[in-house]
Amino acid sequence: MTTTEEHAPGPTTAEIGGVGHSVKRKEDDRFIQGGGQYIEDISLPGMLHLALLRSPLPHARIVSIDASAAEQLPGVVAVVTGEALAAHGLAWMPTLSGDTQAVLATDKVRFQGQEVAGVVAESPYIAWDALELIDVEYDPLPPVINPKVALAADAPVIRDDKEGQTGNSCYEWEAGDKAATDQAFAQADKVVSLDTHYPRSHPAPLETCGCVADLNPVTGQATIYMTSQAPHAIRTLFAMVAGLPEENIRVVSPDIGGGFGNKVPIYPGYVVATAASLLIGKPVKWIESRSENLISTGFARDYYMHADLAVKNDGTILGLRVNMVSDQGAFYADAQPSKFRAGLFHVVTGSYDYPAAHVVTQGAYTNKAPGGVAYRCSFRITEASYLIERLVQNAAYELNMDPADFRMKNFIRPEQFPYHTPTGFVYDSGQYAAALQKALDDVGYAGMPKEKEEARTEGKLVGVGIASFTEAVGAGPSKDYDIAGLKMFDSAELRVHPTGKAILKLGTKAQGQGHETTYAQIVANELGIPASDIAVREGDTDNTPYGLGTYASRSTPTSGAAAVVIARKLREKARTIAAHMLEASEEDLEWEPGRFFVTGAPDRGVTIQDIALAAYSNYPEGTEPGLEGVHYYDPPNLTYPFGSYVVVVEVDEETGVWKVRRMVAVDDCGVRINPMIVEGQIAGGLAEGYAMSSMQFITFDEDGNCIGSSFADYLIPTSWETPRFQLDETVTPSPHHPIGAKGVGESATVGSPAAYVNAVIDALLPYGIRNIDMPVTPARVWAAMQEAKAG
Amino acid sequence: MNVTATVNGVERSGEVEPRTLLVHFLRTVLELTGTHVGCDTSNCGACTVLLDGMPVKSCTLFAVQVDGRSITTVEGLKQDGQLDPIQQGFKEMHGLQCGFCTPAMMLVSKALLDRNPDPSEDDIRWELSGNLCRCTGYVNIVKAIQWAAKERATA
Amino acid sequence: MYPARFEYVAPTTVDEVLAVLADRGDEAKVLAGGQSLIPMMKLRFAFPELLVDVNHIPGLDAIDDADGHLRVGALVRHNDVVGSDMVSRTNHTMAAAAPWISDPLVRNLGTLCGSVAHADPLGDWASVMLACGADVVARSTSGERVIPMADFITGPFTTTLEPTELVTEVRVPKYTGTGGGTYVKLERKVGDYATVGVATHLDLDGGGTITNAGIALTSVAPNNVKAVEAEQALVGEAPSDALFAEAAELAARAAEPKDDVRGSAEYKRNVVRVFTRRALTTALEHAQG
Repeated sequence: MTTTEEHAPGPTTAEIGGVGHSVKRKEDDRFIQGGGQYIEDISLPGMLHLALLRSPLPHARIVSIDASAAEQLPGVVAVVTGEALAAHGLAWMPTLSGDTQAVLATDKVRFQGQEVAGVVAESPYIAWDALELIDVEYDPLPPVINPKVALAADAPVIRDDKEGQTGNSCYEWEAGDKAATDQAFAQADKVVSLDTHYPRSHPAPLETCGCVADLNPVTGQATIYMTSQAPHAIRTLFAMVAGLPEENIRVVSPDIGGGFGNKVPIYPGYVVATAASLLIGKPVKWIESRSENLISTGFARDYYMHADLAVKNDGTILGLRVNMVSDQGAFYADAQPSKFRAGLFHVVTGSYDYPAAHVVTQGAYTNKAPGGVAYRCSFRITEASYLIERLVQNAAYELNMDPADFRMKNFIRPEQFPYHTPTGFVYDSGQYAAALQKALDDVGYAGMPKEKEEARTEGKLVGVGIASFTEAVGAGPSKDYDIAGLKMFDSAELRVHPTGKAILKLGTKAQGQGHETTYAQIVANELGIPASDIAVREGDTDNTPYGLGTYASRSTPTSGAAAVVIARKLREKARTIAAHMLEASEEDLEWEPGRFFVTGAPDRGVTIQDIALAAYSNYPEGTEPGLEGVHYYDPPNLTYPFGSYVVVVEVDEETGVWKVRRMVAVDDCGVRINPMIVEGQIAGGLAEGYAMSSMQFITFDEDGNCIGSSFADYLIPTSWETPRFQLDETVTPSPHHPIGAKGVGESATVGSPAAYVNAVIDALLPYGIRNIDMPVTPARVWAAMQEAKAG
Repeated sequence: MNVTATVNGVERSGEVEPRTLLVHFLRTVLELTGTHVGCDTSNCGACTVLLDGMPVKSCTLFAVQVDGRSITTVEGLKQDGQLDPIQQGFKEMHGLQCGFCTPAMMLVSKALLDRNPDPSEDDIRWELSGNLCRCTGYVNIVKAIQWAAKERATA
Repeated sequence: MYPARFEYVAPTTVDEVLAVLADRGDEAKVLAGGQSLIPMMKLRFAFPELLVDVNHIPGLDAIDDADGHLRVGALVRHNDVVGSDMVSRTNHTMAAAAPWISDPLVRNLGTLCGSVAHADPLGDWASVMLACGADVVARSTSGERVIPMADFITGPFTTTLEPTELVTEVRVPKYTGTGGGTYVKLERKVGDYATVGVATHLDLDGGGTITNAGIALTSVAPNNVKAVEAEQALVGEAPSDALFAEAAELAARAAEPKDDVRGSAEYKRNVVRVFTRRALTTALEHAQG
């Protein structure tokens, strides 16, 4: 494998804009002029509009559906029911987790908001008018809301459609070594426990999900414009599910208004729109409303977690035990590597050095929307990181140790990398202590006791919370990682034109991460072609190499690496052409960004632009013309970004209201391709972490009604509540990535919730409170204080 | 019903039902797709346009209400082929990622700077508090507006 | 997401509006700011057959004190109240509340009168008007009615307004001697409704005794509610911490909060107590300052 040192081409000028430059984003030009092309902006001749009727009940038999009045409404073209889809074998579809999911309900509805029928009409206004005219008779069934209750023997069976399903167990999975862990616990001086619920939330990108399905009856070509973070995988799955020939399917993901994992799964709306377009012979657009997005598409989290940490009195961690129940909703539809039923949750051992852990996970079906893996979770690492960082904070309190000291004592040390964790990960590199120390210095940690005391005299409670996270991204090596059987490599196809410009196409798909700029910078770094001369294309399956898409912070580690590899291959071919042009031997040539020259005679050189032209007009005999190639990169390992976040909060003891006084975030994502973009990703994640820790969740009442299915109840903080952040960095390259970069898109969402919550818990130390479930609302803070006072 | 309004300085007309929301009039009838729909409960602000210079949620107005009035959408920020300092600021300071909230953010910012050319960070955050962003954490949006304020002051 | 169909008229005089309401008030809704009505129509919780747009009527957007009280016209937007020097000089409760109504965009269009007429139990202005002892002025083809705020709201989204009537203004009495007030709102984020809101209004005489007190609560009862016993405990007394604590306790008892996602009933009652105490202290500071 190539490493940073072996092939590092040296720093580039700002004009070339290679790695390390904060190049302004190319994609901005269209967005700032209102010229972005999102799904809703697409209009095709003859296009019709699909609206979906959804179940008001969380669990019920469907007795009858009468759509006759709807069909007769002027402007309505068709009404589609589950029965109609069943005739074409499309009423059910496979999920990315090997389960099945109803496209339109046939026998039962299994969550409030489930898709029951579809209306295709000339305008969305008419389609929604028609929805009111569809008469569905339901026979209600008892809803199953709590996953632990769902797993009880007497719970009503939700998935009675599955042969052999006798209860509501969705999966069981474990990792680590039970015997070794039992042994570790036997030697513990203390066992510190934590029970905590990571609540259901939702990625809620500002643009909802949607598609325009255009099945041309004349050409047989299916063009599906879709909000998809993984267009190639979707194309293959559509071919398999809908029986459409894959060579005739073109999936186009245009500009996407945020994904955060919400736009990975295949949703019933996409399938119904496609079926409708096929049956009607016209393009059909489906754009869900925000309420539909929140009540039915891939939610995030909802893990009930119990953890025990075995420690010695001197603070040494001996082992970890975790028991977790996951609320999967009515269908197991997580978008995650197939071998890992709980995503990468078993990375829960965290940033610490100890030999034993055992993690047991159970998934339960409930009468709620399907999903769980989303919202920048890095495949469930948000849940894992939250758990361990809350647990070690509590352990420090139990041992009367400073939480920073406790972490420092147990951190994996730099010389221990690559580090084999007790649950099977191999961390590539890290400098955990250095990152934490930097964060502590930046926040003024040494002055905290005084700050707390001063606040006390003013009647305020101040607390400081730390989270030192390690996460795992860049899925992933083919021996362990696949989604629905498709291995998780990714790709880069690079062509340099005769005029010295280039076009780079990738199998990933940005939803705001700046790929049009950063990928160009990677190639600029290797070939010296200015980043501004390199066009980047993603999202059109007809015009890009196959890849698994963008989520779980995988783009830089996979396609980014592929781009480096192919650029270096082209540079080697460029050397051959340069040698021919300069009539020198290849070994006598040296490279500086953008140019080969003869060793010792720097004036005798040719630019990459000269070479590009020569590739089409003056290449050596026996050399294939052109300067292009494609590389499919199978990563040798995941990469492991890490960091330390420290938050200082103050709590109003009378009302439980808390606010952030200051926050420091030290991130280490290895080499930073574009520091400006990296910081932008981190700021976004820190805001999301704040949202989850303070105000954001989806909950259900005991009748199974969803509370949190609009932005009136599912709360996104505004610029006024969102704290201000101080960002800092350490840089520890990944030894196995070609340019040492690790990926960073989700680090802040992974690491920050524990930091915020630990800060509030720390402020409440005088009350001895050890857990408040997120969101830590003022009401919950106050309730915890009252309970502590009473008990 | 017919609606006639001045949109980005040009008189535009269209046929609508009374129930046609202003945002749909702009996007579908006038084909100005820079204004976006982000929610259905008037909570997100992605649909913001300027009505006689005042930022409003175009999803919470009927098109018929703006008959005879003047609307500015994101497409109207560029004047005589020149980007508005606000637009430049958003690019300079990485004030956008996915771009979906950006037209709204820029219009609110413009209305703010037209009224208060030298706002504090608190002023800016307060003024933006009706507009949601999921990507940026608002950090660079604030910086973009501060950049634009400086640029306008020195122009 | 998409409202049901309706007819639309945009009269240019109040008399035209009243004529329409006299004829079709039962099936009509008045459209002023629309920032509460239109969202309800989009969810099809409201589906009036006829919308009467009053935004084209001149003369309804004034804030003045010509008649010895503060008059707020039907088309005065929340933001007009925020920016009004007259309000900030004349009524501290209104001045404190205005910036916290919904969000900046809504404040550009939504109206104070519309908000009061809408009678959302989670709405802020009704509490302000109850605390300040305001009157609602309603006109119809039969004439004009002046309705004390305390009599105006009868239930959630329900007032004594007839379908044939239009609210043309709200009248807020001025301080008799020195006076002060404030509005304290606990909200989860900007744009959310109040978890708890407390409006206070104090009139003091030359000797510093409280001659009139208003305390009204948002989101902790079926409607905005006056904490009458708390108010009565203050009248005739000299302000003190102990007095305010007593009033706060009575205000907490006047609340009938419910458990919901914003907090438990017990929590909200506690916040009423804390906020009433703080809001009375602030009201006093304004009166003395």
